[in-house]
Amino acid sequence: MAKFLKNRELLLVGAIAVLLALITWRFPPFVAPANLARVYNDTSILIILALGQMAVILTRCIDLSMAANLALSGMVAAMLNAAFPGLPIPLIMLAAIALGALLGMINGALVWKLDIPPIVVTLGTLTIYRGLIFLLTDGKWINAHQMSDAFKALPRDALFGFPVLSWLSLVMIGLVFLLMNRTALGRAFYAVGGNPHAAVYTGIDVGRTRFSAYCLSGALAGLSGYLWVSRYAVAYVDIAAGFELDIIAACVIGGISIAGGIGTVAGAVLGALFLGVIKNALPVINISPFAQMAISGTVIIIAVAVNARAERRKGRVILRKAEAV
Amino acid sequence: MAETHLAPRHIPDRLEGRGARLLRSWESLLFVVACLIFLGNSLASPYFLDPWNLSDATFNFTEKAMIAFAMALVIISGEIDLSVASIIALASTAMGYAVQLGFDTPALVAIGLSVGLICGAVNGLLITGLGLPSIVVTIGTMSLFRGLSFIILGDQAFTGYPGSFSWFGQGYVWWVFSFEFTLFVILAIVYGIVLHKTNFGRAVYAIGNNQTAALFSGIRVARIKFILFLLTGLMAGLASICLTSRLGSTRPSIALGWELEVVTMVVLGGVNILGGSGTIPGVVLAALIMGMVTFGFGLLNVPGIVMSIFIGLLLISVIALPILWRRARRRLAH
Repeated sequence: MAKFLKNRELLLVGAIAVLLALITWRFPPFVAPANLARVYNDTSILIILALGQMAVILTRCIDLSMAANLALSGMVAAMLNAAFPGLPIPLIMLAAIALGALLGMINGALVWKLDIPPIVVTLGTLTIYRGLIFLLTDGKWINAHQMSDAFKALPRDALFGFPVLSWLSLVMIGLVFLLMNRTALGRAFYAVGGNPHAAVYTGIDVGRTRFSAYCLSGALAGLSGYLWVSRYAVAYVDIAAGFELDIIAACVIGGISIAGGIGTVAGAVLGALFLGVIKNALPVINISPFAQMAISGTVIIIAVAVNARAERRKGRVILRKAEAV
Repeated sequence: MAETHLAPRHIPDRLEGRGARLLRSWESLLFVVACLIFLGNSLASPYFLDPWNLSDATFNFTEKAMIAFAMALVIISGEIDLSVASIIALASTAMGYAVQLGFDTPALVAIGLSVGLICGAVNGLLITGLGLPSIVVTIGTMSLFRGLSFIILGDQAFTGYPGSFSWFGQGYVWWVFSFEFTLFVILAIVYGIVLHKTNFGRAVYAIGNNQTAALFSGIRVARIKFILFLLTGLMAGLASICLTSRLGSTRPSIALGWELEVVTMVVLGGVNILGGSGTIPGVVLAALIMGMVTFGFGLLNVPGIVMSIFIGLLLISVIALPILWRRARRRLAH
């Protein structure tokens, strides 16, 4: 039992199960497999973004500019499509990813080369990126009729019975899992966040690792930008405004320590799913959608309190063992 | 963050005199910048140099600056409070709700201030009581407080504030000096004295520089931090009264994004975002600069979102430039 309580991922699975049970009690059709697949699909973009944020938080940094990056990359993707309807979609996707990565690199370079605290850098770029959308579009919207059918169809197309959007998020989960657990860079993320000094002595370039984390989060935000714009078939200055908080909330709920070095891919995914289930359940159990903001706030606070307690306990146990020896 | 590479510390043979230090300080640089912007504004627009126009310009920063004073103390102590704008929204919603119940101005002021205090106490308890990181806690309460106003208001708005309530945001104490500007000056003096001339202020610096050392030297770290968050909440409540009174209505999206501008103001004022240093005169100058820049842009018909790009650039460059400057000087010295 104690071991179960210590495993954050199992704890989260349990929490999601309890949540689903409560919703089913009020509204049984919610747990129908088709509906659960729909909830997963609806959460896909949040999952992809949480994976990027996780890499950044692991290195003791934070990326508040992800939602603004998403909006700018999405807007550029939509503008490319509106201007050149013949451009193949994979090319547009690559352009969005590349632009996202570039914006991430700016964040990373400021953190790496100038040693500016990450929160200041990304608070600044958050407003700059969003302002750039306004300069680019003069505040105009790009609406569904300006986008080509192929552009709008891609995330919706079914592949083996599931939308491409869901498959894409699954592929991203797989790729980031491999990156985190099977590559030197992935382990460097943990090392840098766990103990920057020790990381330096083992030959890891702390700044460069952080830079890579920002590139990853930027690229994933760029990809999400295309997915967001094509899924909702509209692009304007304020898309995904405030979404950066949901992304951080997903990570915090998923047990990724804001102090760096602790967290798993499964945690980030489950944290995002937890928020996704709440968001999709509120309307069907007759709770005003306006309540969602307050609920995610409360969940963030509870999650960070639970995380802090878990981390503290771990510290004490190690000390006691050392004394016994 | 910067602790990963150690630079050799140069200890000068002789300390600089007081005057030389003052001349080379961040505050004097800000002062020069403020004068230049003032000059530029008065050249760019013939309407700038009018006492009433200048008085109008002060409304651009007075409310944010009230919060910035308390935020400066919080940041100097090594913490941060991102929930201030949401506290404004919740306090404003509470006051609007009280108006519907028929309360009058004195009660509204009391409600606004106490909601601010309660929100500050919630932040303070979570951060000092449970020992949680302030950045995550206040991101959470930022969602929670504004979320509560969304629950109460939805897409509605509260209006119908009593006539006497409008004095806080629209009234004048004497000639062109508005109530808000007078309050700003008084608060600047009070915070300046508290931070620079009292034991409490020294303790705030001590905590920001080395929390453990501060604790071992007998400073009640948790209690002081709790007071700082309480103070920030109170200031947000006060700003909420002024803003609500000035606008005459409450929407849940009131003061959206102000936390960024307040933090920018504090950092621009020379407060180290990692804690340990900063001054109130610096924050005052930063408030004046930001107010004049946005007002000048307004006179030139620059849209708000373009101003926010400028503020974002300002925030980053203000921190980057001293770092680059120091690096360039070190390179020259070698």
